[in-house]
Amino acid sequence: MAETINLKLKIWRQKNSKESGRFEIYDMPGVNTHMSFLEMLDVLNDRLVREGKEPVAFDHDCREGICGMCSMYINGRAHGMLKGTTTCQLHMRHFHDGETVTIEPWRASAFPVIRDLVVDRSGFEKIMQAGGYISVNTGNAPDANSLPIAKVKADEAFDAAACIGCGACVASCKNASAMLFLSAKVSQFALLPQGEPERRERVLRMVAAHDEAGFGSCTNTGACEAECPKGISISHIARLNREYLAASLVKE
Amino acid sequence: MNKLDSKIPEGPLETKWTKFKSTVRLVNPANKRRIEVLVVGSGLAGASAAAALSELGYTVKCFCFQDSPRRAHSIAAQGGINAAKNYANDGDSVFRLFYDTVKGGDYRAREANVYRLAEISTAIIDQCVAQGVPFAREYGGLLDNRSFGGVQVSRTFYARGQTGQQLLLGAYSALSRQIDKGGVKMYNRHEMVEVVMIDGKARGIIARDLVTGELERHFGHAVVLATGGYGNVFYLSTNAMGSNTTAIWKAYKKGAYFGNPCFTQIHPTCIPVSGDYQSKLTLMSESLRNDGRVWVPKAKGDKRKAEEIPDEERDYYLERRYPAFGNLVPRDVASRAAKQVCDEGRGVGPSGLAVFLDFRDSIKRLGRAVIEERYGNLFEMYEKITGDDPYQTPMRIYPAVHYTMGGLWVDYNLMTTVPGLYALGECNFSDHGANRLGASALMQGLADGYFVIPYTIGDYLADEIRTGSTPTSHPAFEEAEKSVKERIDKLMSIKGKQTVEDLHKKLGKIMWEYCGMGRNAEGLTKALGMVRELKKEFWSDVRIPGGTMEFNTELDKAGRVADFIELGELMILDALNRKESCGGHFREESQTEDGEAKRDDANFSYVAAWEFKGEGQEPVLNKEDLKFDVVHPTQRSYK
Repeated sequence: MAETINLKLKIWRQKNSKESGRFEIYDMPGVNTHMSFLEMLDVLNDRLVREGKEPVAFDHDCREGICGMCSMYINGRAHGMLKGTTTCQLHMRHFHDGETVTIEPWRASAFPVIRDLVVDRSGFEKIMQAGGYISVNTGNAPDANSLPIAKVKADEAFDAAACIGCGACVASCKNASAMLFLSAKVSQFALLPQGEPERRERVLRMVAAHDEAGFGSCTNTGACEAECPKGISISHIARLNREYLAASLVKE
Repeated sequence: MNKLDSKIPEGPLETKWTKFKSTVRLVNPANKRRIEVLVVGSGLAGASAAAALSELGYTVKCFCFQDSPRRAHSIAAQGGINAAKNYANDGDSVFRLFYDTVKGGDYRAREANVYRLAEISTAIIDQCVAQGVPFAREYGGLLDNRSFGGVQVSRTFYARGQTGQQLLLGAYSALSRQIDKGGVKMYNRHEMVEVVMIDGKARGIIARDLVTGELERHFGHAVVLATGGYGNVFYLSTNAMGSNTTAIWKAYKKGAYFGNPCFTQIHPTCIPVSGDYQSKLTLMSESLRNDGRVWVPKAKGDKRKAEEIPDEERDYYLERRYPAFGNLVPRDVASRAAKQVCDEGRGVGPSGLAVFLDFRDSIKRLGRAVIEERYGNLFEMYEKITGDDPYQTPMRIYPAVHYTMGGLWVDYNLMTTVPGLYALGECNFSDHGANRLGASALMQGLADGYFVIPYTIGDYLADEIRTGSTPTSHPAFEEAEKSVKERIDKLMSIKGKQTVEDLHKKLGKIMWEYCGMGRNAEGLTKALGMVRELKKEFWSDVRIPGGTMEFNTELDKAGRVADFIELGELMILDALNRKESCGGHFREESQTEDGEAKRDDANFSYVAAWEFKGEGQEPVLNKEDLKFDVVHPTQRSYK
């Protein structure tokens, strides 16, 4: 049966990228524990609109944990405290009556705040555009079964490809590095025979784009892996480093 | 003048597309560079179209309302994508995929389009594998297949329960490559709010920058809409929160006919509604019906836990009623059957609006590890949302709005009745008739984008090589922008009492109650009045906070809901007009003795293409008669 809890929300409010932001406190009585976290914010926003105030802006779309749009820092953790969970899949039954919940946007200079909890993640687009693809024009492909791929390799490539591009890795990293995001793509293609022809150029260009977009370096603290809602393994960063080293040597 | 020329090529079904491709007019490479194409939407259809058109050399602009093309709602498709590869050696063929799709659509789709789709299906898999899409594989390294509803072969390719994600990331990577090369300019966080018409042709769009509120003018020699479905007209659906009808609604109001608007797919396996605050519904993939058995208690009002109900007191009603297809009947049939048992008072869960989907027997037969391998992520998602563990206790599921077969009417070239305006993927009406089979939406999106539009658009653009780029200072752009601005100002000036959500919820309730799983003349007539009232209420009482020239999600939503209300009215009119039952459209007046949908081919074997006649005017119904040269429509049976 439905239970309710009373919460205090401490939310980052910021009108746009130019003005500075601040925390505001909202009382949130009678939260149904079956609600999702975002539905709880919907209820708050509904109230704010009725009171003639501006609602809290946050990114969200599919609410099924797959589009990667939602992006909040909840009580100091990306997507909240549950492992392997995006904010939209976090439900209020995991919170306690009387708790104060702090909600912030991703904090990284490469992810400037657009408004309230919404940030600009276009740095990720730049990384993808620098080589997150296999150059094959439409209509040129050989039969899909002409090239067998060992199941273990295919499965590992899938594990890497499961990244949803939400940015939790960057937000959790003390250096605001996007190496987990970048390595997931590099690793996916490095594991597949289709990725072979562009292997070297890809990794060099993507790493350069990563640095140019203002993301920091990786110092192997592992926070990204711990906070990734899709459980992307830090071993992909190890593979990225090998790929990068090999490519750099050949280049020179 | 009847504008409904479907432009189906002459000749036998099997050679139409091949012949079309080898005779269609072309645009030479030097001219392609000078031709600009606008693609609205970046899901499977939009991203693949933008990438493929850019590869050909066209200058492309692509628009999406999310912060990245990778977030389009195609990403959420779980189960798989069909293709007539016959890798399983179980008798599949292009013809069989074609036949299953026409039959699954209850004989309300166009044969030539569906055949082309089946033909192209195999190339899609090749293309995706070449892009590095990590489909599921067997230990021998070859691709694995599974089975889906409404068919008796295994032709569905999948990537765990995240097939849509992997296919979209493939299309997104192709798009990213073209952006890098300069062939596509991407506009994220932009929403199309108007089509610009010059001399009777679509020549551009007005887009709104959702961060700054700025209105922008974009010229294109052609405009391609790939903006997805309009299931959110029901408020609660499995669509993403932002999925909307605005782009196609604007197109409709500029003269594009709307095909079969009432054809809605209600998906049988979704997580039931838990409360008033519910913002959306979550699908549990149809693939679960491969191993899950659907049942309710035999007795009414049996409130025992599932585990406490012995087998002889359970009614596995799909297996009982449809022994040939069992739990894998098509979606419309499964949804209706669920509604029937719940209407009889045998539904389960707190609301009584749910049935069980039980994996007990499969776990016993195959072991937990196998079930985990197949559906692990879905089970996890279910547990996160409901707090129940489906390895221990059956899932509770109920039908929910999932997909809209209706959409803009298009000819064989995927062009709407507005010259130069195309509609691809879910936003057109073309391939699924009155009911879509599982794993066919991904197939259609990618077929349209990668393999159809690159050919068919040339036929139109071949005449446009002398048309220069129209400057956006043209009066048509001025006027379109002005009308958009006036509408926004009007919305902001109402300052009423109800939130956009309030009004959207009201619309959803009306649509679900009267234009949902069961429809009848009396209810539809009532709903028509209610929606018309709601429109007035919206335009006199909506409350939108904030300003226009800033990031304002309430304003974004308001524009969308205003369009949904008008679309709702058209859906009801269409449902009223179609007095037969077919596929997902169930008119209670038209059913067989055992409660199955009863078609009326003598009177309704046509596509209803609605024409906008102006504000406050009744739309006009145009009909495209459906001719079946190869398949002979019969009463669909899955028994």
